[in-house]
Amino acid sequence: MNIIITITVTALVVLYAGLFKAKKALLPITLIGLLISLVFVATSWNTNQTYFGMMQMDNFALAFSGITILGTLFIFLLTQNYFAADSENIAEYFTLILFALAGIIIMVSYKNMSMLFIGIEIMSVCLYILAGIRKSNFASNEASLKYFLMGAFSTGFLLFGITLIYGATGSFDLETINQYLVGNYKSISPMFYPGVILMLIGLSFKVGAAPFHFWTPDVYEGAPTLITTFMSTVVKTAGFAAFLRLFADTFAPLHDFWLPPLIAIVCITLFIGNVTALFQKNFKRMLAYSSISHAGYLLFSLVTLSANSANNVLVYAAAYTFASIIAFAVLIMVKQKTGNDHFDSFNGLAKRNPLTALVLTIAMLSLAGIPLTAGFIGKYLMFLNVMGEYQIFLVAFAILNALVGFYYYFKVIVAMYFKEGNEVELEVPFQYKAVLVFSVVITLFLGVYPSVILNLI
Amino acid sequence: MEQLLLLLIFLPLLGALVTALSGNAAKHVALVSAIVSLALALGMVCNFTPDSTTQFVVNYSWIRDLGINFHAGVDGISMITILLTNVLIPLIILASYQHNYKSSNAFFALILFMQSGLLVVFTSLDAFLFYIGWEAALIPIYFICAIWGGKDRIKVNMKFFVYTIAGSLFMLLGLIYLYLQNPAHNFDIQAFYNLNLDSAQQGWIFWAFFIAFAIKMPVFPFHTWQPNTYTEAPAAGTMLLAGIMLKMGIYGVIRWLLPIVPSGVQDWGHVAIILSIIGIVYASIIAFTQKDAKRLVAYSSIAHVGLISAGIFALNTQGMQGAMIQMLSHGINVVGLFFVLDIISSRLKTNRISELGGIAKQAPVLAITALIIVLGTVALPGTNGFIGEFLLLMGVYQYNIWIAVFAGLTIIFGAVYMFRMYQNIMLGKTNDLTITFTDVQGSEKVVLYIICALIIVLGIYPKPILQLSEASVQHLIEQVTQKLTSVN
Repeated sequence: MNIIITITVTALVVLYAGLFKAKKALLPITLIGLLISLVFVATSWNTNQTYFGMMQMDNFALAFSGITILGTLFIFLLTQNYFAADSENIAEYFTLILFALAGIIIMVSYKNMSMLFIGIEIMSVCLYILAGIRKSNFASNEASLKYFLMGAFSTGFLLFGITLIYGATGSFDLETINQYLVGNYKSISPMFYPGVILMLIGLSFKVGAAPFHFWTPDVYEGAPTLITTFMSTVVKTAGFAAFLRLFADTFAPLHDFWLPPLIAIVCITLFIGNVTALFQKNFKRMLAYSSISHAGYLLFSLVTLSANSANNVLVYAAAYTFASIIAFAVLIMVKQKTGNDHFDSFNGLAKRNPLTALVLTIAMLSLAGIPLTAGFIGKYLMFLNVMGEYQIFLVAFAILNALVGFYYYFKVIVAMYFKEGNEVELEVPFQYKAVLVFSVVITLFLGVYPSVILNLI
Repeated sequence: MEQLLLLLIFLPLLGALVTALSGNAAKHVALVSAIVSLALALGMVCNFTPDSTTQFVVNYSWIRDLGINFHAGVDGISMITILLTNVLIPLIILASYQHNYKSSNAFFALILFMQSGLLVVFTSLDAFLFYIGWEAALIPIYFICAIWGGKDRIKVNMKFFVYTIAGSLFMLLGLIYLYLQNPAHNFDIQAFYNLNLDSAQQGWIFWAFFIAFAIKMPVFPFHTWQPNTYTEAPAAGTMLLAGIMLKMGIYGVIRWLLPIVPSGVQDWGHVAIILSIIGIVYASIIAFTQKDAKRLVAYSSIAHVGLISAGIFALNTQGMQGAMIQMLSHGINVVGLFFVLDIISSRLKTNRISELGGIAKQAPVLAITALIIVLGTVALPGTNGFIGEFLLLMGVYQYNIWIAVFAGLTIIFGAVYMFRMYQNIMLGKTNDLTITFTDVQGSEKVVLYIICALIIVLGIYPKPILQLSEASVQHLIEQVTQKLTSVN
């Protein structure tokens, strides 16, 4: 609870600081607020507090809060001069991101369906605005509108699902619903099943899993890159935490019922994400499609439910988040310099900025899943989990997709190292350097010594 | 003493780091690092008791929750490959001395980084560690070939990379399967040896592993990446690929395929042998028609590796021992051949056989040393190639006489195309291009002399090497046959 309060208070303070034109103070206030909430995450560890039966701050919630807060912190470090070009009122953007984060904390810790809905809505409303902050940019407007329409649409599914489940069980409380399923396993109300399917669809929309992914590429491409970073890392992680809390725990007794549609979603997601990413010429759009395919790998954790499912998602999400932050950070710098985000604009980067190129290479290797990076451990855990149930064909299918992944992630490496390019040298501001170094250290550390995170939850 | 192996594995990594930071002096730093590694390896050989036990064992818990240990050790089979790696790396670095590669610090650092990965592969007793080493050796060579390679390097190396990674991902699938079958839930090689898998399971595992290894070697029909990659790679890259990297595949078969899935080998081994033999004949015929000397050597390498692979799958001591010594000899000879071609192409900018000729007159030292290397490659008695191929043919002969007849073609074919190449390049009339040729000097001479010395010494007195691996090889064969008889 203290975490949410800290974040919300920080958001309000930032808003007021903006009112008094204290521009220089915005970032420090935000960072301090986020650091304090990280401290609260650490101190609440193992306490497992429940608040009014609405939210449960168990280790699951805390671990995901920690990762999302850390990811947001890194993204804030990247804001240097980023919004200044668009508007005078940076404080509002900061506040919106912080409010979205508050919604995310609710999403990862809800114990009641209504809180799930509230969390998602708090987050989404902020994001609708953030996607469209470039008021004069057509793509940004399009992204915002598309995201809003699709988001509202999917919320409809979600709400309808919640309603049906309420109708069947008479409760919003996750534990009560779970007990209902266990207690009446033979006589579950027929309303319950469509409820589960509708919620599956609603949440698939939110995490951008195919075939409900159509909004992702356009929104990711149209939104300002920094907001895209936030959406594709922090927001996605939160979406999966919400997914997991519901399906891995509450709906677990109905696993046999929702597994076939889930497997279908996984396969389509992997296939569409990977194959479409393969044909992209634009780095940002490639990342958008690849984020769809990562959603596919993340859903693997729901295919076989085990005690490790939550932890596996945590590892994968951490690997994916930090590697993506690196990719987007470099993209922002390249785009500021060259004016476009095609693969070609990375040509010859290694010669001018060897360290930046090296860091981006490690990030790409991690996203592709090469050993000694966090991404490999994440993929390995997912494969291991599914192999445990001997779903060999599913794993083989995923491996073929991973192979396709190598191809498009290496495109940028090829551009940076093997192609001659323009002679512009990127200036890497100090804060960017810090983010890049921290992220790459985390990526390598988790890849070499993942024991620290394996038994966290 | 136990720490010697750790030092051997991690010293190149340290060397790579220092090399990367040392700017223009990079090649010297790299050479020093490689020579220290060689000294360590030789020290290890001296302290190695040539019996079937695994020595210098290190075993640390690494990722406890997943049953992964840093478990490595050396037996006779590993010893040969360790020697091969540590002898060839300094030679390859020295062979690159004359080139002025841009950002040479990265170039030499990558070579040393790869050395670390290779040593992990050759000593690992934990399947997960083996996989890590397998990939860790691939990444640097990809960058070496794709940054410093020829015109078509990007496309060609992408193919190479995707090919190998495809193989290794299916191997990973096999490893995970074995891990899940293992009641102790770890990746220990001994536990994998003791698994009781039925023959259908073994068949699947066999193919999952074999394809990964076959792509690396390469065995027909998984070889299509190889000629282009060899041709487009910089000289050092080609030497690393042909000299050391393909031995990863051979070593993998010996260490991870035969003892884990003996029934799989019994059921499918003949397919592997037939593919190897097809590869020998096919590659030899193509080698005949090559106009580019580098491509010719690339194809000849497929033929030679085919014979090694056939010898291993014959599953007898002679074949296996032949494979051991031939791994070493082939590594030395192929590095020598590619080095000679590199010397020629760096002077004349071409490797097309028809444009060359009469170099012997201009460069007698190069001609003599190249002749010795060619003789070693075509397995003339008294050279290192002879012992290996002789034992391999004997092994294959015991398996099946007809297969041995076809396998024997390697030697005949090899002699024909190798001598023809030598004749057309070195002998004959000097032409306008080759008239400018200057003889080898400095570091080039050193490398060529060392290679020739190794060829002759190993050819005349191969006993120490054969002794090194004999007990381990016999132990392995016994282990496999025992497991087979207990199943039947």
